[in-house]
Amino acid sequence: MATTAEGFDAHHDQGHGHGHDAHDHADHKPGFFARWFMSTNHKDIGTMYLIFAIIAGIVGGAISGIMRVELAEPGIQYLQWWAQFMGGGNDLNTALHMWNVFITAHGLIMVFFMVMPAMIGGFGNWFVPLMIGAPDMAFPRMNNVSFWLTVAGFFSLLFSLFVPGGTGPGAGTGWTVYAPLSTSGSVGPAVDFAIFSLHLAGAGSILGATNFITTIFNMRAPGMTLHKMPLFVWSVLVTAFLLLLALPVLAAAITMLLTDRNFGTTFFNPAGGGDPVLYQHLFWFFGHPEVYIMILPGFGMISQIIATFSKKPVFGYLGMAYAMVAIGVVGFIVWAHHMYTVGLDVNTKMYFTAATMVIAVPTGVKIFSWIATMWGGSLSFKSPMVWSMGFIFLFTVGGVTGVVLANGGIDDNLHDTYYVVAHFHYVLSMGAVFSMFAGFYYWFPKMSGRMHSELLSHLHFWTFFIGVNVIFFPQHFLGMQGMPRRYPDYAEAFTFWHQVSTYGYYIMAGSMVFFFVNIAYALLAGKKAAANPWGEGATTLEWTLPSPPPYHQFETLPVITDAHDYHDHRPVTA
Amino acid sequence: MAGKANHDYHILEPDIWPLIGSFSALTFTSGMVLSFHPDLFGSSASIVMWAGLAGLIATFFMWFKNIVIEAQRGDHTPVVQLHMRYGMILFIASEVMFFVGWFWSFFDFALFPTPLTYDHTTGATTSLFGETGAIAAFIPEGMEVLDPFALPLLNTLILLCSGTTVTWAHHSLIHGDRVGLKQGLWATIALGVLFSSIQAYEYSAAPFGFGGNTYSSAFYMATGFHGFHVLIGTIFLAVCLYRAYLGHFTPRQHFGFEAAAWYWHFVDVVWLFLFVAIYVWGGWGAEYH
Repeated sequence: MATTAEGFDAHHDQGHGHGHDAHDHADHKPGFFARWFMSTNHKDIGTMYLIFAIIAGIVGGAISGIMRVELAEPGIQYLQWWAQFMGGGNDLNTALHMWNVFITAHGLIMVFFMVMPAMIGGFGNWFVPLMIGAPDMAFPRMNNVSFWLTVAGFFSLLFSLFVPGGTGPGAGTGWTVYAPLSTSGSVGPAVDFAIFSLHLAGAGSILGATNFITTIFNMRAPGMTLHKMPLFVWSVLVTAFLLLLALPVLAAAITMLLTDRNFGTTFFNPAGGGDPVLYQHLFWFFGHPEVYIMILPGFGMISQIIATFSKKPVFGYLGMAYAMVAIGVVGFIVWAHHMYTVGLDVNTKMYFTAATMVIAVPTGVKIFSWIATMWGGSLSFKSPMVWSMGFIFLFTVGGVTGVVLANGGIDDNLHDTYYVVAHFHYVLSMGAVFSMFAGFYYWFPKMSGRMHSELLSHLHFWTFFIGVNVIFFPQHFLGMQGMPRRYPDYAEAFTFWHQVSTYGYYIMAGSMVFFFVNIAYALLAGKKAAANPWGEGATTLEWTLPSPPPYHQFETLPVITDAHDYHDHRPVTA
Repeated sequence: MAGKANHDYHILEPDIWPLIGSFSALTFTSGMVLSFHPDLFGSSASIVMWAGLAGLIATFFMWFKNIVIEAQRGDHTPVVQLHMRYGMILFIASEVMFFVGWFWSFFDFALFPTPLTYDHTTGATTSLFGETGAIAAFIPEGMEVLDPFALPLLNTLILLCSGTTVTWAHHSLIHGDRVGLKQGLWATIALGVLFSSIQAYEYSAAPFGFGGNTYSSAFYMATGFHGFHVLIGTIFLAVCLYRAYLGHFTPRQHFGFEAAAWYWHFVDVVWLFLFVAIYVWGGWGAEYH
């Protein structure tokens, strides 16, 4: 412990010392247009990613509000109005199509345009170079094309809303874009726009992944070996490999959708020997690594935050790092657990059940190591810490229902019910999203140079915590009762828990007011943030720089010595 | 460059091409959608696609031009060259996974076939799935495929040969033999163009079209994307040849050439898998055209 603190102090002085003379040159920023539209600066690009993710999150969250309000009682309430509003007809078919459009847009926006841009594009861009002591990313210009391709992808998805899809405007295929609903089931151009949206965003992500891997392998400060690297950097490294190897398979699959739709190929059309289940295999070969892409950076952030606010190095550093590697590797060979009901033979289901459960082992290593990090630590319940503790609790709930669903036999009953909806919202809306808020409150002072209000952050946490649990916990009950997902209407027996769930949405939406007020307060009237506002527990390199860091940091590279081995419990021996 | 950097990394000035390139890509893909649906958007909508493509080509041209300028200016220190090696290897790894998608669908259809018949005169495929006595076969009954040991074998030899000529160029470059570099590159590019020409001829003379059944779909998609990669690789090598005439490459620093050579070998290896899996094994036992 003493070693850690000394190591940090020594470092801090060093960073501060050189920060002074470099400051004047290093802080020279280009003009407005060049800075924000032609950026080659990892921090500016990270900021743009975060703003983009917040905007996309508002859109995606508003769509879930439309859905929750519709589901508050049985029958079709508002969909016909939405159908007319979006320029479709007044009939029931168009109204039901609008439902499909909403679930599709909600899923695609939250996955590709909110979680991924925030975690990898936003926090990854901001903090991977800072944490490894690098002046910028390896390919700063390519970094910018990754961001703008994501924006272009979002535009393509927006275009899809205004052209015909199936029985109305917009793409109503679900985020999985399964054939034949996405091929012969939706002949209009909307699905083509949605597919190209994935092509564009995917190309941006592949380029970003290349950039992160190269940066992490080649630009670590002298002395920072892979085993001294902060766990957030490890998490982005593993995530980048998953992106690099999984996204091209999705690109191939959705290109086959395009040619099936427009050029008469029969990849997924049985009339020409094709197989719709092949699409599901290809999609989930991408899709399962994708769910780890959405959570691994969160794991990394939680590790940093728990260690910071326990004033202890993270428990079992190497185990934590290689648990993420294991999750990444095993994540590639479990995909068919999303497809238990397509008619897989029993042996295949047995394999995928067993392989899926294996993932619980490295995940358990992580959960218990976080708890062990807190055990005996000097805890301070600052806003990032409460969000992280919320994360550990709620992600574990989602993980446990995941183990339930991993069983092929049980999934035969629960597949495509609200139980599944509850499960993946516990790991995403409460796992990924809690880790993003934790990371946001952790690094907001570093990024903006201003302190947010701890009171508002805590109010945000508690109201959000109650809101999302009220939304999603009852959905387990609905699923067990047999409520299918993706339906706008239901039997009256399901009414009560649907109503409760909708009330939860109101609480959650109201809770977001605290978030936005907090940002506004911090930017307008927040206290100036010190280089390290979190105290001796914050040992990584970003806290050695001023808040906000200079436009170009580390113009003299920091040197990592044994004294900076902040992950290791053992005392350093000479 | 802002500040006095005391390191070897390449800190870049702001650049407009990422923005132009991204929105050109959006214009290109949106234009494609418009041209897929002439009933809704009219027959001249493809102009949007061509505009987007022009923007993309301009972006690629300017982007790589800037990289070459920076390389000649000395911005590419050893560590920056190492970045580029990693970047290129990772890019090729993602390309491999892209082809995994095509091979996955090919093997799915070949190993788990559906009974189909093919009508020569109309080019129509009919599924016999569920009919008594129907025998499942990957190649629809009555459909002829290309003889792998005619032009495809020749193309295999051409690509293998081009792999040796690009190595000839590389060794010449390393040993300071600039004439050999140019000769080797000329030969490689000529072989690449020859391959593409033969492939184009074979497509035009093929006894089956793109759509209709899984064999033709998988065949054209896999070989078509490969052909597109050959085209890109040929352009890449041609740029290297032009740069060789400008005297850009030195025996110590010539990563642009090496990246082109790596890409070319990757394209070559993909072809070997295509040849063995799709042309030879996939067409085994069917009638050759």
